[in-house]
Amino acid sequence: MTDMLRGLIGASAVMALAVPAMAETLTIATVNNGDMIRMQKMTKPFTDANPDIQLEWVTLEENVLRQRVTTDIATKGGQYDIVTVGNYEVPIWAKQGWLMPLDDMGADYDAADILPPIADGLSLDGKLYAAPFYGESAMIMYRKDLFEKAGLTMPERPTWDFVFDAARKVTDKSAEIYGICLRGKAGWGENMAFITSMAASYGAPWFDMQWKPQFGSEAWKKALTDYVTIMTEAGPPGASSNGFNENLALFQTGKCGMWMDATVAASFVSNPKESTVADKVGYALAPEGQKPAMWLWAWTLAIPASTDAPDAAKKFVGWATSKAYTEAVAAAEGWANVPPGTRTSLYQNQQYLDAAPFAKLTYDSIMSADLKNPTTVEVPYIGTQWVGIPEFQALGTAVGQQFSAALAGQATVDQALKMAQQIAEREMAKAGYPK
Amino acid sequence: MARRVSNRRRWFFTILAWGVALAIFFPILWTILTSFKSEADAIASPPKFLFFDWTTENYAEVQERSPYLRHFLNSVIISVGSTLLGLLIAIPSAWSMAFQPGKRTKDLLMWMLSTKMMPAAGVLIPMYLLFRSWGLLDTRLGITVVLMLINLPIIIWMLYTYFREIPSEILEAARMDGASLKNEIVHVLTPMAVPGIASTLLLNVILAWNEAFWTLNLTTSKAAPLTTFIASYSSPEGLFYAKLSAASTMAIAPILILGWFSQKQLVRGLTFGAVK
Repeated sequence: MTDMLRGLIGASAVMALAVPAMAETLTIATVNNGDMIRMQKMTKPFTDANPDIQLEWVTLEENVLRQRVTTDIATKGGQYDIVTVGNYEVPIWAKQGWLMPLDDMGADYDAADILPPIADGLSLDGKLYAAPFYGESAMIMYRKDLFEKAGLTMPERPTWDFVFDAARKVTDKSAEIYGICLRGKAGWGENMAFITSMAASYGAPWFDMQWKPQFGSEAWKKALTDYVTIMTEAGPPGASSNGFNENLALFQTGKCGMWMDATVAASFVSNPKESTVADKVGYALAPEGQKPAMWLWAWTLAIPASTDAPDAAKKFVGWATSKAYTEAVAAAEGWANVPPGTRTSLYQNQQYLDAAPFAKLTYDSIMSADLKNPTTVEVPYIGTQWVGIPEFQALGTAVGQQFSAALAGQATVDQALKMAQQIAEREMAKAGYPK
Repeated sequence: MARRVSNRRRWFFTILAWGVALAIFFPILWTILTSFKSEADAIASPPKFLFFDWTTENYAEVQERSPYLRHFLNSVIISVGSTLLGLLIAIPSAWSMAFQPGKRTKDLLMWMLSTKMMPAAGVLIPMYLLFRSWGLLDTRLGITVVLMLINLPIIIWMLYTYFREIPSEILEAARMDGASLKNEIVHVLTPMAVPGIASTLLLNVILAWNEAFWTLNLTTSKAAPLTTFIASYSSPEGLFYAKLSAASTMAIAPILILGWFSQKQLVRGLTFGAVK
């Protein structure tokens, strides 16, 4: 018995001594997007250079990730050392003190190289709180062959009227070709991303400077009427349940004349392995109304304040969002596959510009996005296709359901706007705005 | 004449049963078929049923990207562990309710069932905080206990129903022969209720295997079961149906096989007491 006890004490002592020498494990929460998955496969140089750091990946569906990470960060659960979050969350979470500032990433990191609209959206009081992994805006993807057949020439930045006119001309319902495919599925990140951006370009904001909802305005009525009308006349059937992936599938199988969506879609529709129309796709900037339609999204890596490995986490974030990582991806998989939309230097690199035909449009779209001035009038919030307040996820989805119902023909545009106004007024009063 | 009608009826019900069974099985079949398609074929319109280029590349990619075995082992430990733990508590509870009912037994049973009506999201934050304080986040022990607790009302209800079918005179006879309470439950009641206990066990293993709210929210990586493995293959931007189908097929295969082999017990368990 005494021997056994001695053995146990000895084993415990050895284990206790071994703990500091054991590798530190970083748990990284991420989404299942192509660039993120590529990053998981590319980490060998990092783990070789840092043998004391082990990486544990947790990949989740976007909404599950958001719910899971929010719960953990808000309760200081400390389950994650690095989280993948969008630029919508970063300023809100930074304000709550949930994220570590990333203002001292070292000279090699070259933080000044980050595209200004992206860096602005990830900063609070001049401090960067998340490092952008890839950034995106919105553009129009269109079928060059169908446009040629209809005698149309797509301008670099068309007007909404041109888009609607072209959509009608290209539509051939008997051949299952629909002039325009747009998001219709209800959700703050689905139909409301598109409609918020479109309405802003019509001069229709979500709120005035006193945080009063603006769905009763003429500009909103015109924007939503145009959206529902063109989708009814030239959109695919069942559009009210189409999100990014459904439209991607429609476009790739040759059923859409035009599709306006996130710039990341360009790499999918031009990939001959997935797309039947890969060699027939043209690109144009998002349409212009009273102002160009703006869109800015970045998937970023942020470090929760509750992490117990801040230094190792910072080291990894610095590596994954560095220029060196971009070059490593280019060497392994070609320049067309590097994460786009975060650094100015990438858009000065001729090899990249040659490999990605949509690179210049992506750059122009991102640079023209102004988070603080998304529409023609002054607004109290930041955001282009979203509104940077914590209540927007629930509110955006509730309003999105009304607009989706209008598209499905279950409500008129007037009814949908009236309901949206009521919902927004109620929710904003409940949340205590104006604050 | 009577025989012909009954034959016709038999044919009718046979075809109806097959039709219903196929309709229920079709989504699973479609998932399995999709898992062998390329991403482009998975979204083809009109859909391709059998004539497509069969490929196993989705399985290869899923194997390469995710530690399937770890998730599988976690699923087994959590679902079997929570069910056994539940049975350990439920057998004595159901015994007392079936054979020694008090004035409030019915109310107690209803109250236990009512806890299943509470929306899980409503208690997520308190549970998360408790788990954090007790260091149970992302541990097999923690999630096993939670799944045991959420399935306990069902286990007790099922066992209670089976026990009520057993004549209490047999237990009385055992008592008259001098059996202690422990012996009465372990050596007399339990062997007689084996079919009922077996079907309760199977059904609860399946329920725990499929549980996706608590397993997704209280585990991260070390204790994460197959539900989190499936969740990692849905993508907001990019096609994923074929890979998701491969992951789903791998996740449901073990429980599908278990269900296939134990369908007799399952059916018996679910209809126990309904027809005498």
